[in-house]
Amino acid sequence: MSDVVEKTLTALPGLFDSQTGAAKITNRLRQLVKSITELTSKHEEENLIKQELCAMKEQVSSPNTSMKQMREIMVRAMYCEMLGYDASFTYIHAIKLAQQGGVLEKRVGYLAVSLFLNEGHELLLLLVNTVLKDLQSTNLIEACMALTVVAQVFPKDMIPAVLPLVEDKLSHPKEIIRRKAVLALYKFYLIAPNQVQHIHGKFRKALSDRDPGVMASSLHIYLQLIRESPDSYKDLTGSFVTILKQVLGGKLPVDFNYHSVPAPWLQIQLLRILSLLGKEDQSTSELMYEVLDESLRRAEMNHNITYAILYECVKAVYTIHPKVELLEKAARCIGNFVLSPKINLKYLGLKALTYVVQHDAKLALQHQMTIIECLDHSDFTIKRETLELLFRITNAQNVTVIVEKMLDFLRGCNDEHTIIHLVGKVSELAEKFAPDNSWFIQTMNCVFSIGGDLLQQDVPNNFLRLLAEGSESKEEDDQLRLYAVESYLTVLKGHTSHLPQCFLQVMSWVLGEYAHLQGSVDRREVIRLLTQLLDQRSVSSETRVWILSALTKIPEGQTDLILHLAERLSSSQDTVLRQQAQELLHLSQDSQLHEWVLPRGAPWDAIEVDSSLSFLDGFVSEALAAGAAPYKPPHQRQEELCEDRALNLEPYSFSLPVSLSSCSITDRQSPTLLSVSSGLSGNSTELSQKAGSSTLILEGVKRVWGKDGYLPQKEATAPLVDEPSAAVQPPVQQEAAERTEPRPELSTRNQDKQQLASSLFVGLGVGSSVSLLGRSEAPPPRFRKKPRPHESSSSGTSEKSSGSSCRSSHHTTDIFLYGSFLEEEPATSKSAFDHTPKSTTANGLSQNKDTKEDKHANTSQIFGGDMVIVRPSTIQDKHPPSESSDLTALLPADLKDLPHSDVISLTSDPSLSLSSCRLFRDEALLLLIFISNCTETVIKDVAVQLTCEELKTASLRGNIVDCLEARSTSVCHYALLMDDPHTNVSFTGTVSYQTQPGHTNTLPFSGTLSTADFIRPLVLTTEEYGKLWLSLSHDVKQNLKLLTDAGDPLRTTLNALKDALQLHVVDIIGSEGIVACRLLSGAPCLLHCRVSGAALVMWLRSPHPALPDCILYHCQRALAHR
Amino acid sequence: MQFMLLFSRQGKLRLQKWYVPLCDKEKKKITRELVQTVLARKPKMCSFLEWRDLKIVYKRYASLYFCCAIEDQDNELITLEIIHRYVELLDKYFGSVCELDIIFNFEKAYFILDEFLLGGEAQETSKKNVLKAIEQADLLQEEAETPRSVLEEIGLT
Repeated sequence: MSDVVEKTLTALPGLFDSQTGAAKITNRLRQLVKSITELTSKHEEENLIKQELCAMKEQVSSPNTSMKQMREIMVRAMYCEMLGYDASFTYIHAIKLAQQGGVLEKRVGYLAVSLFLNEGHELLLLLVNTVLKDLQSTNLIEACMALTVVAQVFPKDMIPAVLPLVEDKLSHPKEIIRRKAVLALYKFYLIAPNQVQHIHGKFRKALSDRDPGVMASSLHIYLQLIRESPDSYKDLTGSFVTILKQVLGGKLPVDFNYHSVPAPWLQIQLLRILSLLGKEDQSTSELMYEVLDESLRRAEMNHNITYAILYECVKAVYTIHPKVELLEKAARCIGNFVLSPKINLKYLGLKALTYVVQHDAKLALQHQMTIIECLDHSDFTIKRETLELLFRITNAQNVTVIVEKMLDFLRGCNDEHTIIHLVGKVSELAEKFAPDNSWFIQTMNCVFSIGGDLLQQDVPNNFLRLLAEGSESKEEDDQLRLYAVESYLTVLKGHTSHLPQCFLQVMSWVLGEYAHLQGSVDRREVIRLLTQLLDQRSVSSETRVWILSALTKIPEGQTDLILHLAERLSSSQDTVLRQQAQELLHLSQDSQLHEWVLPRGAPWDAIEVDSSLSFLDGFVSEALAAGAAPYKPPHQRQEELCEDRALNLEPYSFSLPVSLSSCSITDRQSPTLLSVSSGLSGNSTELSQKAGSSTLILEGVKRVWGKDGYLPQKEATAPLVDEPSAAVQPPVQQEAAERTEPRPELSTRNQDKQQLASSLFVGLGVGSSVSLLGRSEAPPPRFRKKPRPHESSSSGTSEKSSGSSCRSSHHTTDIFLYGSFLEEEPATSKSAFDHTPKSTTANGLSQNKDTKEDKHANTSQIFGGDMVIVRPSTIQDKHPPSESSDLTALLPADLKDLPHSDVISLTSDPSLSLSSCRLFRDEALLLLIFISNCTETVIKDVAVQLTCEELKTASLRGNIVDCLEARSTSVCHYALLMDDPHTNVSFTGTVSYQTQPGHTNTLPFSGTLSTADFIRPLVLTTEEYGKLWLSLSHDVKQNLKLLTDAGDPLRTTLNALKDALQLHVVDIIGSEGIVACRLLSGAPCLLHCRVSGAALVMWLRSPHPALPDCILYHCQRALAHR
Repeated sequence: MQFMLLFSRQGKLRLQKWYVPLCDKEKKKITRELVQTVLARKPKMCSFLEWRDLKIVYKRYASLYFCCAIEDQDNELITLEIIHRYVELLDKYFGSVCELDIIFNFEKAYFILDEFLLGGEAQETSKKNVLKAIEQADLLQEEAETPRSVLEEIGLT
């Protein structure tokens, strides 16, 4: 009977009173599920769901459907969506349900919303009001639901609407609400960090919440914050260590235990945070040694969860500043992982080893037998991780074996991502360590045929560039090229139909360019092989273009073949091919023209390409006059795109210049006849070559293949082979290996393995391995986005670099120096900023002593907190007022050495005169304001107030003077910071003073500062420059005037810029120069300058979108005003 | 965590939770690919899988596969324990949970998940607290339900 009712209801919704069906309704999902399981085919399921969805559609649009029925429909809709059917018509009803339903319906409604809608979905806007209402509800459950949904899906633009309410919840009496609020804020931070900037203080409160759940939730935020800028949170290290200690000591409620381990999630989160804080920071690391040791010791129990903690611990130990004892313990732990019979632990062991060998290659030696076993493991995951490990320990001696293993793996692999990933690594290893020409070419052949068209474009491009550019020794280059030609001819003589397009393109380019080197091969044969390819169907039209342009380069006397070919192609449907055929025809008939268009063996850099496209200027101005939109550089367009969309999720592809640079190789005889920028030659090609492999880590290994081709002698000083130690197995290891995998033919097997081991692990012996404790000398810098200037100082550049690195931890001396200027003391409040004159009297006397004491406290304040707490103090110099030019004499002794500007008069009135001087400190601009009393009487209560919206005041001093003696001058210091570059900023201010008690005068003043005042030289080496260049995204390119009045135009121009803007000229090579600077101690900006005719092509890059434009502006001005 | 999927040995999806915004098409594609890949793996193999640029951590409980996607720097083992904790929670809530419980009460399973993980991060790791939150909400649900069904019965009669 109930079935009948059910069916009738489905068929005739709305005819019945909706209440009739209500009793049965809860069973509807049950029935749906049941009937689906009874079905036998996908087709039947589709039909059934279709029916179901139809019935639901009618039901939801019926006015008689109650909220309760709606809830049930929603559950069914969720089910249908999970099965993969579209129930989007219910989305709006889900929102309605959350809005109008009782608690019960609301719950389902919110759930449906969070499952159905993405962050960007427009319907979410309709939810905002409901959320607002529920956030204010006194019903705990409703508030919980609202917070839950906010933390999952919420439109970015609407965050400001709910933010105050969510913030309030941080002080809610119920811990569950506080916890959810913290997580909602975490979510907000992830999608819109700017919006929650002001509540960082509240995060600290959450961190010290009495409920461990709330505290643990706040760690998510801290992990993220610290990942982004570890330096700002060093002061919290102690707190994190204490929390971890308490957790380890079992101070948390037992509820938080998991398999009798206290709060493992919390522990892991803390370990991660600590490792970020202790990275490259000895003093911070020292704070955590003890607790890490305890962590390692406590995690004894044999359960997954303790291993998870151990793993995190080991990682932390190897990340922070090393301590021998801990390293030894951690290494033992890794041993336990690797030797474990449990496969999950083994995997993690391999992963840990991969991480650790970067610091200490010896560890891999200890586990070589296990590694070799894992190499043949049946599990794909294990194998792949092992290869990753091997990749890290590759050197010139084991490269052939390791590459062979990788290629073997690749041949049996059909996962696209893995192939792309590994093939890139193989080609990188081949370039770096190739023992000889034939091996290199053969390996690259494998790379091309396996990687095929999945390969990232930069792999073939790099390869071709390497062949094309060659080294100093033409002989060696030609040998390599010759070998390539020979090898390709052999390949082409075989079956070619299966070869990937990219390989064919590489081959045809090489043959076109270098076939003439091979004297013994008949040209006709080459032409025949290439023409044959043209006939194949599988060959894409792009490849045909490559082949044809290769054919264009070869001919010389083979006119009959060429004529035949050109004729055949002149009727092709492909216009590009037709055009090329025409060109081919003409060129083959006119050898002079051929020689002129395609000169053989011409040096690469001699080719002039007007990359600024100045010949188009006329066209552009005409178009602009006709109303065309002006050109926008790519970064600007990207930004606009970002603004259009609320949330940018897809990663952007490499910005345009890189892709351009990667085609520059083909640009001489560009097959597609595109005019491609050759703005990159000489030095910059090396950069762009690195761009190709930017996803890979190039460090730690010597380059054998470089811009200069194969460099066998020059850099073949590879570490001595330590074969004996590798070949002779430590007995323990051998035993362990036998234990894990006992096999009948043990002895022979083992022999094989040992042989393999000795070939895999050569060069990792004690002598050649990287010593961990001498880390400062040994491992070359890893790829980093942010430049770390202290590295450049260690790599032997000028001493000055250490000055600019006030952020790095061990430059305490620098901090000491600067400490006195950033006088910050927690005790006084921000109100001191304005007028609290009385506080200064005492300071005036004991000032010197004070500052000294403060220095230590200051440093932590300066680098730790965001808040500016300032205590003004005064320096009164009892000098007679004099000409403003003499005012520089008033500079405090410790500031005298700093570069500074001239003293400019700001303003004056009969009693006071104000002048200013800018001092360029590395991390701030010091604006000194000299206040001179021009009268013969004492002036009291002098207070300076300076405002500038674009700048941040890091500290100030001396802005309040109680009493300015007659004819004396007081100095007021402002340390200013510029976060966002502006070409020029103006500041305004007032001085108030009393000549007679009770009668206050004010004197306004104003002035301007330019970005140039905030630019500091960035000292780095050419290599570091190259790396940094690649990591930067925003770029601007422009032609500037070249100063030709003195000897070397490039040098003159760069020096002029250097003088005007405090840039650092990194290197000048030929007609190119690279220059670096930064915005105070913040965002770097790299400049690449190249002389092109009478212009200087300047290419700027920076992580900050506005910085390049700004610097460009000042460069232009500097050059124009000479 | 990027997402969590529950699917049966037959490859039927039982639960899906996405912590990163993706379009439906992409979700379906990922689900299809992952279900295939995970089901093809042998029982003795390790629970981790490199997939695209993500790490997949999966574990089988009876006829159900629990499968999480995490980023490379995340800890695989702890993710495995997150799965286990979730199973424990389900078990405690339903009383020795089986696949059918999750099929028929999947919305409950979602509620529990939302109390345990929020926005892809562990929200509350204390088993007691999670269940307390769920029970409170359920209690309210029953209260709300009783008077209504009475009314409806009146309406029926």
